[in-house]
Amino acid sequence: MDDALTLTLNGEHRAFETPLTVAGLLARIGLDTRKVAVERNEEIVPRSAYPQTWLESGDSLEIVHFIGGG
Amino acid sequence: MDGITGTAALVAGAEDVWTVAGRNFRSRLVVGTGKYKDLEETAAAIEASGAEMVTVAVRRVNLSDPNAPMLQDYVDPKKYTYLPNTAGCHTARDAVRTLRLAREAGGWNLVKLEVLGPPPHLYPDMAATFEAAEALLKDGFEVMVYCSDDPVAAKRLEDMGCVAIMPLGAPIGSGLGIQNPAMISMLIEQTKVPLLVDAGVGTASDAAIAMELGCTAVLLNSAIAHAKDPVRMARAMKLAVESGRLCHLAGRMPRRMGADPSSPLTGLIR
Repeated sequence: MDDALTLTLNGEHRAFETPLTVAGLLARIGLDTRKVAVERNEEIVPRSAYPQTWLESGDSLEIVHFIGGG
Repeated sequence: MDGITGTAALVAGAEDVWTVAGRNFRSRLVVGTGKYKDLEETAAAIEASGAEMVTVAVRRVNLSDPNAPMLQDYVDPKKYTYLPNTAGCHTARDAVRTLRLAREAGGWNLVKLEVLGPPPHLYPDMAATFEAAEALLKDGFEVMVYCSDDPVAAKRLEDMGCVAIMPLGAPIGSGLGIQNPAMISMLIEQTKVPLLVDAGVGTASDAAIAMELGCTAVLLNSAIAHAKDPVRMARAMKLAVESGRLCHLAGRMPRRMGADPSSPLTGLIR
């Protein structure tokens, strides 16, 4: 598993067997890109950059959306 | 402070609108979307409230349940102006990070900044609020800011460039009503941008009092969401805000220490 991609997604460790872009990761998880926002290592990833942003092992991602709040 | 004076607006039939960050709103009730039983109830209560702007929170997606219904499926961002908040943030850094994510998720820059102290009061942390406001304004956000009912702090936030000043009426979620009407009145008097009472409203009369004092609008969440019948309470709040606004425009009669008969004292039979 040397070539495994290990990421921290919303605080959880996850391993993937193939290289992934942000777009690929969101598709793999099953999320609608229009309804979420992504921060990679505390930097915002603009939605337009999802397809060309390749993830690296050790990356920490926050994937958020809007929920009810006051 | 809202541009349209009462009599002229009503005589001309013009709409009584208020404006923040270049957007016009007819409803002077801004509602939160939290604490509801489910998303169906959230949608029904917001519809009944007549609100055009709703506050929303930013949270991690539940990755183990990516198909869970999302707020946008029930509260259409094309119909309602989403006002992302920084609830849960206790530092300026967290608040700025959260709203940068919100801007990316929503594509707009109108936000509600709140940096809170610890429970049980959750009182605004004004030092951290100033710091976060400065960072957000520099980053191009239009900041509606939750703050203490402190005219010195409010003036400073307004001078920094915040687009709306939102003092608390009472602690968040307390439902205690407008605890300091004299200070809210002073804030209204000095503030040139929209002034909203945010937090503390418990029932319709509280919302009406805020509007009678001359607030631009009222922001509330728990008063509707925690009512026994939220949808009916949403309608009550809509009417209270409209009623309070009309009272403010109409100008209440002076208080007097003693009676003043309503029927003429002349022409009585002898």
